[in-house]
Amino acid sequence: MDTTTATASQTPVLAADVAAYLKRRGRWSPLEIAFWIFAFASIWLFPDKYLILKDTAILALFALSLDLILGYAGIISLGQAAFFGVAGYFSGLVAKYGIIDEPIIALVCSGLVAAAFGFVTSFLVLRGSDLTRLMVTLGVSLMLGEIANRYANITGGADGLQGVDIAPILGRWNFDLYGHNGYVYCLIVLFVCFVIARRIVYSPFGLSLRAVKGNALRAAAIGIPVKWRLVAIYTIAAGFAGIAGGLLTQTTAFCSLDVFSLDRSADLLLVLIIGGTGYLYGGLIGAVIYKFLQDWLATLTPQYWQFWIGLVLVVIVLVGRERVEGWIAAARGSLVRLGGRAWTRIRPRSAALGGAIDGS
Amino acid sequence: MLTILFDGVAYGMLLFVLACGLSVTLGLMNFINLAHGSFAMAGGYCTVILVNRLGVPFVLGVPLAFLVTALLGGLFERTLYVHVYARSHLDQVLFTIGLVFMSVAAVDYTMGSSQRFVQIPDALQGQFDVFGVGMGKYRLLIIAVCGLLTIALQLILAKTRFGSRLRAAVDDQRVARGLGINVGAVFGITFAVGSGLAGLGGALGAEILGLDPTFPLRYMIYFLIVVTVGGTSSIVGPFLASILLGIADVAGKYYVPTLGAFVIYAIMIVVLIWRPQGLFARATAR
Repeated sequence: MDTTTATASQTPVLAADVAAYLKRRGRWSPLEIAFWIFAFASIWLFPDKYLILKDTAILALFALSLDLILGYAGIISLGQAAFFGVAGYFSGLVAKYGIIDEPIIALVCSGLVAAAFGFVTSFLVLRGSDLTRLMVTLGVSLMLGEIANRYANITGGADGLQGVDIAPILGRWNFDLYGHNGYVYCLIVLFVCFVIARRIVYSPFGLSLRAVKGNALRAAAIGIPVKWRLVAIYTIAAGFAGIAGGLLTQTTAFCSLDVFSLDRSADLLLVLIIGGTGYLYGGLIGAVIYKFLQDWLATLTPQYWQFWIGLVLVVIVLVGRERVEGWIAAARGSLVRLGGRAWTRIRPRSAALGGAIDGS
Repeated sequence: MLTILFDGVAYGMLLFVLACGLSVTLGLMNFINLAHGSFAMAGGYCTVILVNRLGVPFVLGVPLAFLVTALLGGLFERTLYVHVYARSHLDQVLFTIGLVFMSVAAVDYTMGSSQRFVQIPDALQGQFDVFGVGMGKYRLLIIAVCGLLTIALQLILAKTRFGSRLRAAVDDQRVARGLGINVGAVFGITFAVGSGLAGLGGALGAEILGLDPTFPLRYMIYFLIVVTVGGTSSIVGPFLASILLGIADVAGKYYVPTLGAFVIYAIMIVVLIWRPQGLFARATAR
């Protein structure tokens, strides 16, 4: 599979093969469609849970961004919060000083700012071992936290950025107190970003990333520009993280230093581990489970929920991530089979119907 | 100026005692232990309980803290860590971060979230004046204790049989195993001693570093800086790195207080870009 990407440009037959493979992989399965129908149905199903649903959607987008670099490119990062925070402050500041009034344009801009920042810092991350990467990513986000603290006259320092007034979306929908519009907005943004990420992952580019993750040396040997592929995906992922950060600021009309904290990056890893790395729904499912787990634990023990989160992490690792992911994959497989069976049961009928119409 | 240097050296010595266990575990088993600070915190709280509540003399409380944390470290190593050595770095990071979260919440639950202080005997408080340079007695004690420890560690590593086994295992684990060295046992002992040293550092440093439940999270980055900047192939590297870090941090906080810890993060990133293997590392084949 890896070799096909490299020689694809040379041999048209292989190119067609790869295209067919990617098309097959990239087809929307019934289960995915059901997932998104359910996600959008939640707008009407759980009207009293908008706030937590909104946080979940933002967390899901954030986890998606980490999955792109961790699950698809194999870069361990403890500093994804850096991009989240940069974009969070950016969107807060442009709204506060009325530079960009339209939330959607501001959101896109904050994503671009984060992506630009990701591009610059990506060169730092490409060097060294896992530990060096860990330290550099962590160091970058901590440094940004210090800078935000230093320039308190701009960022509000430890009190957070206050007085952010977000204009209505497209001049029509206001961010209301119950979070209805905010949630719908987040969900739509999440869906759009997901579709983009899906397109990226199922492209030849995404395939080459998997090759790099599998074995960087071999990938380089078959002609994949490893460095630039990593820079590109790091930049893209930073952009997604930035959009998530922008969303948080826009929907809460507030931004504080805690966007840069280590906890945020560490929690994000947990989200991804719960959901599973290396497939796009991992971040989304992980975010849903994590958020409701946290909500439940926080009502049980308001102060000490972190203990149980830590316990979950330890147990997951001790049991074995592969095994947990195996269970999830098995559950997914059986669901897909069920869905597939239901699908085939519907399809022959419609096909027969079509045949009957043709025959008459 | 000299006072800053003095405080910086004391702080750096403390960091070295706290972090040297981590550098050995990292070098030996290539294991990323983010929970190292939790053992330091355990040592600190152990001293608080012993000295403040049970009235054990300070001089006895600190070595006891070393023993307790060493036992704790050994126990954790045998029961939990042992399963994670062979896993990927991502698993190790997740596992140890989980332990950090648990220790933070557990200490918060049992000891309360406020900052704790160890009662230091009166004899150790106050300052000496040497040529116009104020030297805190307690800091002088820290420098003396940590300096002696460093020399002792260096001697153990260089002169004893255990030391040569350990160095062999660090240099090439597989060959060391082939020569009949029980690498697992060497590692277990080293881990316990390293945790004990962290506990000792936590006990001594409670006064300077501040002891509260978020200790492991606050100082995690410092330990990691020492280890990554110093390299993991000897203890001289981490030692120099921690002295540098101590001086840079104290000086940075004194001269540019508004930037806080920015200075050391910046230094760390520059060093890591310049020499990803650490400042004082030999080039290894690994």
